[in-house]
Parts: sequence; structure tokens; C-alpha cells
Amino acid sequence: MGSGNPAMRVARLALLLLIACAAQADAAEYMNLRGGKFASVLPADAKNADVVVAPFRLRTVPVTNAEFLAFVQAHPQWRRDRVAQVFAESRYLSQWADADTLGTNARPDQPVTQVSWFAARAYCQSENARLPFWNEWEFAAAADATHADARSDPTWRAGILAWYAQPNQPLAVIGGAANFYGVRDLHNLVWEWVDDFNALLVASDSRDQNDPDRLKFCGAGALAMRDLDHYAVLMRIAMLSSLKAANTTANLGFRCAKDGTGDNR
Amino acid sequence: MKISASLRIAPALLALTFAAGAVAADVTPHDAPSHDAALPGDSIYQIDVPLVDQDGHTLTLGERSGGPVVISMFYSTCPYMCPMIIDTIKRVDHALKANGRARLRVVMVSFDSANDTPPVLKASAVKHHVDFKRWTFARAEPDGVRSIAAALDIQYRALPDGSFNHSGVLTLLDAQGRIVARTEKLGEVDPEFLKAVVAQTQPSQGPKPAH
Repeated sequence: MGSGNPAMRVARLALLLLIACAAQADAAEYMNLRGGKFASVLPADAKNADVVVAPFRLRTVPVTNAEFLAFVQAHPQWRRDRVAQVFAESRYLSQWADADTLGTNARPDQPVTQVSWFAARAYCQSENARLPFWNEWEFAAAADATHADARSDPTWRAGILAWYAQPNQPLAVIGGAANFYGVRDLHNLVWEWVDDFNALLVASDSRDQNDPDRLKFCGAGALAMRDLDHYAVLMRIAMLSSLKAANTTANLGFRCAKDGTGDNR
Repeated sequence: MKISASLRIAPALLALTFAAGAVAADVTPHDAPSHDAALPGDSIYQIDVPLVDQDGHTLTLGERSGGPVVISMFYSTCPYMCPMIIDTIKRVDHALKANGRARLRVVMVSFDSANDTPPVLKASAVKHHVDFKRWTFARAEPDGVRSIAAALDIQYRALPDGSFNHSGVLTLLDAQGRIVARTEKLGEVDPEFLKAVVAQTQPSQGPKPAH
């Protein structure tokens, strides 16, 4: 096999480069989640049915300021001084010192916030990923450290709710405790975009209403939700459904997801 | 023999490496914003979603406009609300004078990527007796549908039985794809919306209709 053969060395180097390229595009860590039948607070049929979550992979931590900075450097059309208004409002990345400088108000390991849905989506595409769907986020966020679904545990619920009760806390850095799936920071750090943020509060039945006023009400959003004790999750839904795709807020970040194989857990 | 083979493989691998690099840098996902500098920053035509119309032709959102557009979303098997959306746009259309009407285009984008194939879209359009010279019924991939709905501030979700819950919104775009008016009033003409359509379709606005 002549390992000294220059052609073979070039070939091997090329192969290594290829692997390195592929690895770089996937640098962020993702966990496999098996999905399955899940009692979402938003029933699949807007009445009572469980949703079926397909196997998926979820980023272990939200995207950070440092990671988003690298993204806008590679994709300058997403710099805050160049982005088209249709994709992001004027507050986009306004916590940064400059269009390509984090500065003192934005730590590299804090989750990036003040990002629009369009920008979050574009970032995830750069990671060969997508935003998670609401049911995927909800599925992963139902777990505590040792149970896949801890939602019936009142102590756990109270612990999560406590975070929402203290608004305007300074944004912490990523790296909270891992949950059952090895995913971190789903609670107690930042609100997160989902791909179908504009699917959450659609009326339960928009079909048999002929009265224009009722149709309008229907568009504004009435929805059959179950498990109304689950305030923390309902607050997320209420917040997400109040947003437009170009909006940004100081507490709203995102993580990415991918379709999965269902190998693990 | 071995050497010549590896010599041939090496450039191939190198080419592959560079191709992979180029692909990684060049990946333009379906709804990746195009950031077209020729368009205003607030134009929804910045959203680069490939559509397919009722005749199977591929087009982009702004491609066929050249003037004001009323855009809305629907799906073909929708029993009540979508026919009402289409009927409301037809009422707006009929309320215009002939020369204004000739300048208006209508784009209906389907929520139902799985079922609304071009022949199904065509059948829908025929059923509603629309003017094919000015109306486009179109489909996109699910990712692109989500983007268009997001830009138009339309909410929708798929239900397990194949139907959709969705809000009903008519949006008026100017010749450059900027949102100039929006209404959720269905079943009758919203006078404010009509006023905006009349203003946009006046001869002084935008290019003259082609003959």
C-alpha cells in the first residue's frame, strides 16, 4: 500500500479535510430523543388527542452570543446593520456593542437574544438543522433530571414557575443541569423560538363558522387547551403566539433541532 | 496499476473536498432569504420561496407581480373558510373599475403541501371561476409555507384528519412587495382595504398593464 506514496497522502489528506468540513458544520452537540405519543397541552385535534412526536435530535444548549457572532460574520446579510427589515425589527441584536462586536453587555456564553424567527431559522440552517417544532420543545422540556415526563410532579413544576415569577433577572450563561435526555437550559434561562410559533393559538374550529365576526375572533385565536395547571408551558405558548416573525425580545433566544433516527432512549 | 489508480482517485477526492466546501458555503435552503438589494428591505419578496403554480410552472413570490397583488392563503379541501376568502377577494376585484382591475394580481398560496398538487390547484381555481390571467394558485414546500405565513402574519396548524386550522387574512402588496393593507374581514368587502386597493391600482401607480 506504500504509505509514502504522495498521491495516497494527498488522497488521505483530502479525505481528512472532507471529514473536518463535515464535522465543523455539525460542531454543536445534539441529543437523540425518541419521541412517541405525548400529552401536549395543545391537543393534536384541538380537543383531547395525544400528539405523536417523531424521533428528533435537539441541541443540548441554546445558541450563544459567540456562536451567533460567528454566524453573522460568515453571513453578513444577517448583521444588524444589513438585515432586511422584513426579517428583523430594529431591536435585532441591539444588546451587542456593534454589528460585529459583542461588547460588555453581551457575554460570549450567554444565550443570544434579540433575534427574530427568520434569523433563528437562518442560523439553524447554517448548522444543517432547523428550529424545533413546538411539540418537540414541549416533549424535551417535560423531563426532569431522572424522568422523561415529570410534569405531574408539583415540586418540579413549582421550581420552574419560580423563574417566571422573577422577571428582569440578568441573563445567565448556558450550561444548566442536564435533564433526562442530556438537554440543558430548557427552563430557567431564556424563552425560545419554535419553528411553528404561528401555529399555536389557532382556533379549534375555523370551518363551521359563517359569521364574519366569529371568523375574525377565530383568527385572533381561541383554542382548546388541556392541563391548564401547566402555567409555565402555557406562558410560553401565550408569549410565542403574540409574536410576529420579525420581532425580537431581550429574553427570547433559540436552539436548533434535526430530524432523528430514534436510536437512543 | 495501483499508483495510477490512486493518482486518479486523489484529484477526484480533492475535487470532492472543494465541492463539499463550496456546497457548505453555498447552501441556499429553500426559504433562505435572498436579501435582494434591488428590493426594499421591508418587501416580503425578499423571502425566496420557490412556488409552483396551477400549471406546474415554478415561480418566486414576486416574480409575476409587476404591480399590486392581493395575497392570501388557503387549501383546496377547506370546506367553508377558504371559499369565503376567495369570494371576498373576488368581491374586491369586482368593486374595481376595469382598468384598475387589469392591474391587480391575486396570489393564493396553499397550506396543504401534500395534497395541493398543480392539478388540484387548477381544479380549485376552475371551481371558483377566477381569471387565470391575473390569479395564481400556488403551492410550496412545508418550510416555505411556514415562512410565507410568518411574513403575512397568518397562523395555521395541520390537524390529524388532514384539514387545517388557520386564520383568514387578505394582504395587499404594492408593486415592490411591501405590505400596504391587511384585513381579516371576510364575506364582505372591507371598505378601508378596498380603498387601498383602488389607490394601488390607479394608472399613476406602477407600470401599465401589458397588451
